[in-house]
Parts: sequence; C-alpha cells; structure tokens
Amino acid sequence: MLGLFKRRNSAPVARERLQVLLAHERALLGRSDLLGTLREEILAVIARHVNVDPDKVKVEANRNDTVSTLKVDIEIPAEGMTMAA
Amino acid sequence: MGTVIVVTSGKGGVGKTTSTAALGAALAASGDSVAVVDFDVGLRNLDLVMGAERRVVFDFINVVQGQAKLAQAMIRDKRLPNLFLLPASQTRDKDALTEDGVRRVIEALRASFDWVICDSPAGIERGAILAMRHADAAVIVTNPEVSSVRDSDRIIGMLDSRTVKAERGETIPKHILVTRFDSDRATRGDMLAIDDILEILCLPLLGIIPESQEVLKASNIGAPVTMASPASAPARAYADAVQRLKGETVAMTVPTEKKGLFGGLFRRAA
Repeated sequence: MLGLFKRRNSAPVARERLQVLLAHERALLGRSDLLGTLREEILAVIARHVNVDPDKVKVEANRNDTVSTLKVDIEIPAEGMTMAA
Repeated sequence: MGTVIVVTSGKGGVGKTTSTAALGAALAASGDSVAVVDFDVGLRNLDLVMGAERRVVFDFINVVQGQAKLAQAMIRDKRLPNLFLLPASQTRDKDALTEDGVRRVIEALRASFDWVICDSPAGIERGAILAMRHADAAVIVTNPEVSSVRDSDRIIGMLDSRTVKAERGETIPKHILVTRFDSDRATRGDMLAIDDILEILCLPLLGIIPESQEVLKASNIGAPVTMASPASAPARAYADAVQRLKGETVAMTVPTEKKGLFGGLFRRAA
C-alpha cells in the first residue's frame, strides 16, 4: 500500500516498455533482419528490368493486434521505365 | 592473423568513436599492434578524436580505389608507435566504399595487426553493414536508455545475419559495452540497470563506462581518454574491458572518480 503513495521509479517502466516492444519487433523481423533481406532481394529483381536507385527502395513492416502489413515503396526514374520497354 | 572487431550500435551519439579510440589505445598500450578504421564516410571523426586530423593525407577510399597504398594511408599515432589509424574519406560519396574493396583492406590489415577495430557509422544502412561484414567479434555500444537499447537489439539481429561468418552459418562473439552509465541514478531506479540491459539484449557484458567529464575533455584535446587521463574512471573501465577482450577475467566494477570530500561537495554545489 505504501508503494501507491510513492512516485514510481522510471527505470522499471523503461524495462517493461522495452520488453514488450522488442518481443513484437523480434517476432516481426526475426532476429535475422528479414526487412533487409527482403529489400535486397526485391531490389535485385527490379534491377534486372529497370534502373532504380538503391536508396529509393523502402521496405516497411507494421503490425497491430490482428494483421501485419508489408509496405514496399520503389521510386523508378522516368528513364528507368524506358529501359524496361 | 589478427582479430577484427566491429564497434557498432545502430543509434548515433552513444560513444562508438570514443570507445573505438579508447579500446584501440588501451590495446596498443598493452603491447599489441592495433589498427583503428573509420567507416563513417562523409562524417569522419575518429581522426579528430585521436588528434590526427591534420595528418590525414590519404584515406580508406583512396586505398579502395587504388590511388594510394594502404601503408601510405595509415597514420601512426604520435604517442603509441603500435597504434595506427585508417581515416575515412570526408568528401567522397559513401557508395565509394565497395564490398570487394573493404574485404581487401580488412584482410590486409588482419594479416599485419593483432587487432583491427572498425568504427561503424550509425544507422543500419550499407555503411554499418560494411563495417561489420568481416568482423570476428562485435562490441555493441549501448547507453542505459530505451532508444539505444532498442537500436542495439536491431543491430544484434544484423550481426547474426549480415556478417561473412553469419552467412557461413557461424556466430561471432558479441559483447555489450554500456557507456554513460550513472550508478547513482541506476540505484535510485531512474536509469536502466546493467542487469536490465543484459537481460533484454541477452548478451554478455564487456564493460561499464561511467558517465564522466573526462571523456569530453579527452576529445577536446584529441586524445583517447585512456591516454588523456589514464587514472580517470572511464579510462580504467576501458582498460578493464580490454583485458576482457584479451580473454582475461576481470571483476566487473563501475570505476568511480577519486575526489576529495570537499572537491565532491563543491562540484555538487556548482
């Protein structure tokens, strides 16, 4: 009961928040950098057909309670498309 | 054959360059030959922290592109003759570092030094991957703070998948180096404790570097803290960490500054 009147220390809060967050992130990414691998393999496939700037390929993963989403955003320059034709 | 170590963190500003300089200098002071390598192309700072900024003639990219021999680019420390620096390029594009070029340079350094310490750029992009690529061991620099611990977790995942050894199915030893630690705040419960960090990251501890004014003073004058102020708390913590890197067992303590009673009182009042 005494604890209720005391201001709660911040370190245990930090610890709990990190444990919850990292459990989510590890589940999504594996500890194996899934996003980095996806990004590189997607880039390799695209680069076979069009010119893309590696820095303009973004892969993002998000997760909420029910679904995970993977967002792939690739910027293709105008001349890149003509290459494909 | 020497050992290649990457000093990495994901997050910027946690003490990678400070730690690279201090670990390199402490290893060299113990008698081993050491090369410290700056991978932060475009934002080099290891030269400045080590006090060699006016002696840079050729850099890592010059060597990779064949404009200079490796021996021409290596800068010998003025204080420790067995400590060398390979500076990053300040002006070139970060893409000028190629996978093959990095491999050739690191293998050449590995053949002639006992230790090759790679100072990684912040982030999880190409530069950070290249810095860890050929590592035999990793030092993950972590502050007792949520964003740093999270980013460390991310970089640990990359160490498990993106190094040459990981791709061969091997794992490399990974050590946590906690920097900017404040025992008083941790004891009060207002800073993550060492055990919290280790439990969250599931890795062994290489050392605990206490928060100290000596670190800034050392970088001000361009000397690794182990040289600028060898008796200071952070210098002793780095020296202990180096003993552990060399396989010795050293009791884990958080060194404290030795200050007189009055000095302590005045400092607190200031």
